[in-house]
Amino acid sequence: MRTITYRQAINEALAEELERDPNVVIMGEEVAEYNGAYKVTEGLLDRFGDKRVVDTPISEAGFIGMGVGASMLGVRPVMELMFWSFAYVAFDQMINNAGCVRYMSGGLIHCPIVVRGPANGGTNVGATHSHTPENFIANTPGLKVVCPATAADAKGLMKSAIRDNDPVYVMENTLLYGEMGEVPDGDHTVPLGVAEVKREGSDVSLIAHGRAVITALKAADVLAGEHGIQAEVVDLRSIRPLDEETVLRSVRKTNRAVLVDENKPFCGVSSQIATTIQEKAFDHLDAPIMRVNSLDAPAIYSPPLEEIQLPSPERVIEKVIAVCQ
Amino acid sequence: MNSAIDHASAPINQKLGPDDKVGLLRQMMRIRRFEQASLKQYQQGKMGGFLHLYIGQESVAVGTISLQGENDHIITAYRDHGHALAVGMSMNACMAELYGKVTGCSKGKGGSMHYFAPDRNYWGGHGIVAGQTPLGAGLAYGLKYQGIKGSCLCYLGDGAINQGAYHESLNLAALFDLPVIFVIENNGYSMGTSQKRSSAFKSCLAERADGYNIEWDRVDGEDLYEVRAKTQVAIERAHEESRPTVLEIATYRYYGHSVADANSKKYRSPEEIEHYKTHHDPVNLWKQRLIDEGVLDEATAKSVDKEAKDEASAAVRFAEESAFPEPRAILEDVYYEVDEATEAGRTGKHFFND
Repeated sequence: MRTITYRQAINEALAEELERDPNVVIMGEEVAEYNGAYKVTEGLLDRFGDKRVVDTPISEAGFIGMGVGASMLGVRPVMELMFWSFAYVAFDQMINNAGCVRYMSGGLIHCPIVVRGPANGGTNVGATHSHTPENFIANTPGLKVVCPATAADAKGLMKSAIRDNDPVYVMENTLLYGEMGEVPDGDHTVPLGVAEVKREGSDVSLIAHGRAVITALKAADVLAGEHGIQAEVVDLRSIRPLDEETVLRSVRKTNRAVLVDENKPFCGVSSQIATTIQEKAFDHLDAPIMRVNSLDAPAIYSPPLEEIQLPSPERVIEKVIAVCQ
Repeated sequence: MNSAIDHASAPINQKLGPDDKVGLLRQMMRIRRFEQASLKQYQQGKMGGFLHLYIGQESVAVGTISLQGENDHIITAYRDHGHALAVGMSMNACMAELYGKVTGCSKGKGGSMHYFAPDRNYWGGHGIVAGQTPLGAGLAYGLKYQGIKGSCLCYLGDGAINQGAYHESLNLAALFDLPVIFVIENNGYSMGTSQKRSSAFKSCLAERADGYNIEWDRVDGEDLYEVRAKTQVAIERAHEESRPTVLEIATYRYYGHSVADANSKKYRSPEEIEHYKTHHDPVNLWKQRLIDEGVLDEATAKSVDKEAKDEASAAVRFAEESAFPEPRAILEDVYYEVDEATEAGRTGKHFFND
């Protein structure tokens, strides 16, 4: 076990998969000579050369679509979006083509493509660069989407995503790139569709994904230390496929659920989780399911206000106390 | 026909024997008869959705795809029946797809706009205007990445050239030296909007390729020899130089944008349509050319046409008699890993119906 950054963990995953499979090719804006806008691909060009690590023009619809087309022939492109917000100019390629071609061909085609990059608010870059589209992607059968919160999960999920034969969209977080975490040695993979209990607890389940897991863990510390409430933190890790069982097991144990994520509330991931809980664990609930999401407006620029807009430990604690009374 | 150059004498056309030439006629007749049969059944309410007919444009798919080699790939938009038959897909599977039957080429999941046959290097069949053009660049990228000498013929309509995806594809194709040939099938109308009302251009639509340093050419689509000769130049450029080409092939569609195009006879005059049918029909012109060359007679032409018609009728019967997919098919062919029952496919919940 080593302690490395979330960024380094992804870099290792990419390097190891480039090494393992000659069909893997890294493509995106500034991924090669510039070493990555966020340095996630640092050193890969030097190590693997310009056939395997390819700079593209600023042309998301073009190069993502090109990756989808190449993947139909068996190439395994790992495409970097400098921001997931830029996916919106490539949505036709990502949804209509990557997401639907298998179905429309009656299963004759599959697209082993990965699209990865940061999808988060909290960096004061305004609404156009702060989107969290995991709920949009999860709404498209045919696509898979994962949101790692820790270095170990970032590496393990990335490796599984690259080996998967369906399109997998990996949503990272610029605020996590520098976070340190323990990562198992060797060929560390984390399967898609498996959640993880990041902290055990008995009084309430905090169900989160992405950076909101860190927020929930901070809240759980305070709840235990100052309020005598033992919160369990469930990290979904993978949104689609989804590990419903781990969520339900936790709720059946704690009888309370507060859902925490940085999606907007309307039809966000938490909406689906809430539905699942009320359909399958209704009799176990001692309180209404509550949610803590980004406040329901475009991402604001003003730094102190953006902090308020995103889920914070304080907002989580407030909701937990309300359901635990 | 372009009288200045005799495209029949191009080496690629000199290679054609009498049977090959009649074979090209047969392919065009098959496409026309298939589509006439499908139109008749559509009008009787046998199928849903849209039906974008290719009638009038047959020489484009047949001429270009007649040059397809082992590593040449094909991708097109939603007016895709002609290309499908030209690559060798069966009328039965194509007709059954229109009916939404399980015997359809996509098991009834794609419909008219979404035919696929990867085993014949045919990658669709795509519904969004110009959405297939980055995929075409990607197929070419894949060939190049894998070190295979091949090409991708990526078809689009004249209405597609104003989409950003097409321009992004041109830039990538030139930048990365991709062996892709963008074939603009210019039938003059972007749905109901004429070329003049939809596209800004100097001499022609293909000329935009100049801005990307891509070779381009204009082609008279009613002359099969010209279509083949100029496409062959592009294919050789792809194979030998790994460079893209844009071809603009002038053609015409007899029917509306789709059969559901209520204004199909309003945005162009009946005289215009009749004039094309009478003087420029690619099937008739090719037939007459072969008669003039002495490799075909009327009786043979009639029997080729009858065979095509009978084949289409049989395809209708096949589609009629085929079953619809079982309801469980709705949830199949969504995820590879689930369909193949791999460990990844069994891990986590993939569908959320209950």
